[in-house]
Amino acid sequence: VVKIQADRDVCIQAGNCVMVADTVFDQDDDGIVVVRVDEVPEGEEEHAREAVKLCPSQALQLVD
Amino acid sequence: MTQAQALPPLHMRRDAFNPTPELREIRETSGVRTVVNAFGMRVYLVTRHQDIKEVLSDHERFSNGRPPGFVLPGAPVVPEEEQTSARAGNLLGLDPPEHQRLRRMLTPEFTIRRMKRLEPRIVEIVAQQLDVMESAGPPADLVAAFALPIPSLVICELLGVPYDDRDDFQQRTARQLDLSIPIPERLEMQRHGRDYMRSLVERARQHPGEDILGMLVREHGAELTDDELIGVAGLLLLAGHETTSNMLGLGSLALLRHPDQLTAVRDDPDAAGPAVEELLRWLSIVHSAIPRITTTDVEVAGMPIPAGQLVLVSLPSGNRDPDFIDSAEILDIRRGAPGHLAFGHGVHHCLGAPLARMEMRIAFPALLRRFPMLAVGEDFADVQFRSFHFIYGLKSLEVTW
Repeated sequence: VVKIQADRDVCIQAGNCVMVADTVFDQDDDGIVVVRVDEVPEGEEEHAREAVKLCPSQALQLVD
Repeated sequence: MTQAQALPPLHMRRDAFNPTPELREIRETSGVRTVVNAFGMRVYLVTRHQDIKEVLSDHERFSNGRPPGFVLPGAPVVPEEEQTSARAGNLLGLDPPEHQRLRRMLTPEFTIRRMKRLEPRIVEIVAQQLDVMESAGPPADLVAAFALPIPSLVICELLGVPYDDRDDFQQRTARQLDLSIPIPERLEMQRHGRDYMRSLVERARQHPGEDILGMLVREHGAELTDDELIGVAGLLLLAGHETTSNMLGLGSLALLRHPDQLTAVRDDPDAAGPAVEELLRWLSIVHSAIPRITTTDVEVAGMPIPAGQLVLVSLPSGNRDPDFIDSAEILDIRRGAPGHLAFGHGVHHCLGAPLARMEMRIAFPALLRRFPMLAVGEDFADVQFRSFHFIYGLKSLEVTW
């Protein structure tokens, strides 16, 4: 099971995570990351990993 | 132009679409080399994808701020008060936490959801520009008729800047960023730009409209000084029309030179998204991120760099690093190029990236569908690139259809 931790203080609202994995990530009205799911749904792991890698401010972490 | 400026500084040198081979040579050997920047200062040039990411994500050791007394060689001495006022609100000159404070005031305007709401308006703006171009008939200068007006119209509307003022501010920012123009004149342009923005800020303070300037006044008016508002708005205006417009011009030429890929962008609605990412990577129109200053002794790619040194990262070089992506020298719009550095990395990652992406995803296919026979109307060897400009692109491009 893959889970995602997001540090909303570190987030710089680039939106890259929403761009590559919008079933897992969203932005609140201020643009700050919101993780939409407790566990990354099956088939979305690759996108979630991509989002973690792309995050410009390293606000995302995979928790296996 | 003086003799010393026969060639731009190394990190800005290109041959049409390609970064100078000298950058590859550095990347393949030491990775970092000391070179001379646009102001004649010695800087450490970082060329590998991974090293660039490390520099840009480490804002504590690689700072965007400037120590007191820092001056550009050749720049006239400016009273400290004026300097402080000119630097206010410039997100690119700030480190966290001040940077985050300002950035978070702006980001609600650039969320992906907000961009989706804006989409129909951008579609409309693009269609209107194409109407104008079509009714004027071929040949046309694609930069003046398409690449420049679309992002300018969009940012003017978003920000609350009268589009009728475009000739003035477009010319000002173009000259401000042109290295072949002497520094005093460029600083003068900057000053005029601030005076202009001050008039808009004063108006917004009186009658805040339904635009970003109005929002900033309504929601953050008490915590922002006029200088900060001027700085923020000036940066958004400059970044909003100088960057996307060069991507639209240069990107169109890149597609015209790769007809199979042009056809895909024109005919396949799913092709535009990945194509935009790959064009961003392959063209990397921003030569380098704002130089960082080391706050302590550091090491990059095994090279020791003392505290207080300028570090410049080459975005085109990092984006063509074979350790980042296979066949890095090839334009392949189908791969999408996730992880490219064209928008930078770290806390200063382009704020307007979602807007730029949306404008390009709409504008490229719309142009190619409107003019399926679009062709370059001049010899490729004659195409004028902006060689001395801080943001790469085309001066003009004659097209027919």
